[in-house]
Amino acid sequence: MTMVFGIPIQAFLGQLLVGLINGSFYAMLSLGLAIIFGMLRIINFAHGAQYMLGAFVGYLLLATAGIGYWPALILVPLIVGLIGVVIERLAISRLYNLDPLYGLLFTFGLALVLEGVFRYYYGVSGRPYATPPLLSGGTNLGFMFLPNYRGWVVVASLVVCLGTWLAIEKTKFGSYLRAATENPSLVQAFGVNVPLLLTLTYGIGSGLAGLAGIMAAPVYQVSPLMGSDLIIIVFAVVVVGGMGSILGAIVTGYILGLAEGLTKVFYPEASSTVVFVIMALVLLVRPAGLFGKDA
Amino acid sequence: MAELAPLLSVRGLNAWYGESHALHGVDLDVLPGETVTLLGRNGVGKTTTLRAIMGLIRKRTGTITYEGRELMRLPLHHTARRGLGFVPEERGIFATLSVDENLVLPPVVAPGGMSIEEIFTLFPNLKERRNSQGTKLSGGEQQMLAIARMLRTGVRTLLLDEPTEGLAPVIVQRIGEVLRELKARGMTILLVEQNFRFARRIADRFYLMEHGKVTAGFPVAEIEARMPLLHDVLGV
Amino acid sequence: MTDLTLSRESAGAAGPLQWALLALAIAALLAAPFVVYPIFLMKILCFALFACAFNLLLGYTGLLSFGHATFFGGAAYFAAHAVKVWHWPPEAGILLGVAGAAVLGLVMGFFAIRRQGIYFAMITLALAQMFYFFCVQAPFTHGEDGIQGVPRGELLGFISLHEPLNMYYFVVAVFLIGVFAVWRIVNSPFGMILRSIRENEGRAVSLGYSVANYKLAAFVMSAALAGLAGALKAIVFQFATLTDVTWQMSGEVILMTLLGGIGTMIGPIVGATLVVALQNTLATSGFPVTIATGLIFMACVLVFRRGIVGEILARLPERHSKQ
Repeated sequence: MTMVFGIPIQAFLGQLLVGLINGSFYAMLSLGLAIIFGMLRIINFAHGAQYMLGAFVGYLLLATAGIGYWPALILVPLIVGLIGVVIERLAISRLYNLDPLYGLLFTFGLALVLEGVFRYYYGVSGRPYATPPLLSGGTNLGFMFLPNYRGWVVVASLVVCLGTWLAIEKTKFGSYLRAATENPSLVQAFGVNVPLLLTLTYGIGSGLAGLAGIMAAPVYQVSPLMGSDLIIIVFAVVVVGGMGSILGAIVTGYILGLAEGLTKVFYPEASSTVVFVIMALVLLVRPAGLFGKDA
Repeated sequence: MAELAPLLSVRGLNAWYGESHALHGVDLDVLPGETVTLLGRNGVGKTTTLRAIMGLIRKRTGTITYEGRELMRLPLHHTARRGLGFVPEERGIFATLSVDENLVLPPVVAPGGMSIEEIFTLFPNLKERRNSQGTKLSGGEQQMLAIARMLRTGVRTLLLDEPTEGLAPVIVQRIGEVLRELKARGMTILLVEQNFRFARRIADRFYLMEHGKVTAGFPVAEIEARMPLLHDVLGV
Repeated sequence: MTDLTLSRESAGAAGPLQWALLALAIAALLAAPFVVYPIFLMKILCFALFACAFNLLLGYTGLLSFGHATFFGGAAYFAAHAVKVWHWPPEAGILLGVAGAAVLGLVMGFFAIRRQGIYFAMITLALAQMFYFFCVQAPFTHGEDGIQGVPRGELLGFISLHEPLNMYYFVVAVFLIGVFAVWRIVNSPFGMILRSIRENEGRAVSLGYSVANYKLAAFVMSAALAGLAGALKAIVFQFATLTDVTWQMSGEVILMTLLGGIGTMIGPIVGATLVVALQNTLATSGFPVTIATGLIFMACVLVFRRGIVGEILARLPERHSKQ
């Protein structure tokens, strides 16, 4: 049997894959957080709850209407995004002129409500969501066995992240977002409907969280608690990456996911805390974050 | 000129930055096709007047009419759509956008704007640097870009805040040529300018501001007669 | 940052009216156990002290910590372990809890003050989560079970705290000492500098204050006082569990402070009383506490940012002569 640093290579690659899967979700979620923060100057504490909501909406679409994974992949982000739009219009839009901490506190409350509602109706135990038949089974890569769905998650999340990044960097809509991130009132003075842009941004960010949620449903179990523990790790990712750069948020997400996977191989006791340790080290060396420009 | 109705008319404009009261009842008119310059020392409220007209300062009272229609109640993004373009003092070039992206950022609000080709004929430097990052341009080029991006949009009136500030004489001269060219094409311009020599070469009329108010207004023909006043107030 | 603390009432300069009210409040505290269950009152007092300690940081320094459960729950573990395993007297256990919380505060503060605003909040949250995982794994906390059956012991060797009234009056004494400490800190020259940092950090820097050191000192004091509350709670309830180190607990103390009034002296006490009372009511009604907590959070931020005490103070006419 081939060994890497005294560990069987299959176990090593297996944990690396788990790390890559986790990293995919960290990347998608920190991407959404960074987009929302860039435009709205608000840290969306409800991001984890919206991820959980995405998984639950997918679960309920299947359980109540028989709508399967593939249509859900389109429907869930739309539904979660639409809920985000409504929340932004009704509440978050009233917080823009206040200290950003109020946005954090409001979305924290929102996260508690969302989590509380699903806990109340569905309990805390996880519910399985079947892997879509097209992606069930696995592929023998020779050096390891790769479950197809996990391979799909890695590829799909990479496509989503890079696609979002390209949309921001290369399209007209993206240029509005970048400009409004720099100087919203001037962009609005040019005639661009910036309030609408803010609403759409929150909707898109929420939708991304929802998409991550439905993608996660077959990997992890669908549970009301799946978002709250994740969001704290994603916050650490965002502190490490700095929110000044979209690409930075994505790259940091993958790196920290892999770091977590590697830790599971070599020192499993620390795997739940390694992301926070890395965050602390980065704060010592580069307080502004790896890709950050400002405080 | 008296028979022409003003294109832009401001009456009793008051404006505040937080608690501090910056404008104390500004009155001014700009006729169609006119170039009007606001003169005054630093801090008398010239920039504030432009920003209050655009709607960038929301804490304001009084009336602002453009083409006979009230602007006060409009949301910020509707002011530009009425036909007003704004070139801010700090130029407002976006660092995360290329020159091209900066140029096409402001939406077209009315027909009759220049095409990109026409704009590049007027500003050949920008064409050469169209793929550069916006803020990598020189100060003069950034100023050109800030003016150029308004020309595509079809606005009929430009509010220009200190376009010559900090620029070399040869660039100032070039901006003067551009403004005269725009004027020839029928653009109405409300200009804030510290450079009196520059302003007197391109303006049709002047307003003098002191302590948040307009205290005098006169056409360019009267400028010699007004020199003692200007000397007192501006030190020119 | 100034926006966060809308009510700027001066906490100092107590006039005769304030002294009379204070005397009345203390008298009510002393008489209360004859009317209300002492255990319920002691729970309120522990959380009220926790909220006052938290408010020292948020209300008077402008720093939002999302990790204060670390100090509250950490101190509870330290005190419970010292009293139960090492057979320390309760006062020594509590002091150990305070010292431990101060050390944790020093470490967390050291990292967190490197960033400002929302990043500060996120860093404290992440580090607190790290401490939570530590508590899940460390043997002395006994994981999911927690440290159970902590003896209340004899205060100073001869006052049995198993006697409910003794325990209650001890809690009242510690609570008053803690709140007095917060009041002293806030109204000291040190507190004035903290407030000037809250109002305008840049100006405080340009005046030559070492802002980082002041922030860190405030963080450690707040952590130590939060530890006092947590250690006291462990003695009163005779256990220390993971509940007290979760992020939900950090959120709860924010809610108490926000609801009562950020930056007011008695706001956190009022907020803690209401939140604890609400939790007790909901516990029997079946309505989920999380949802209620979340809704109050949202309502406070949207319509009620000054909090209850802050709103009242803002409406008192003589308070309007500020600024």
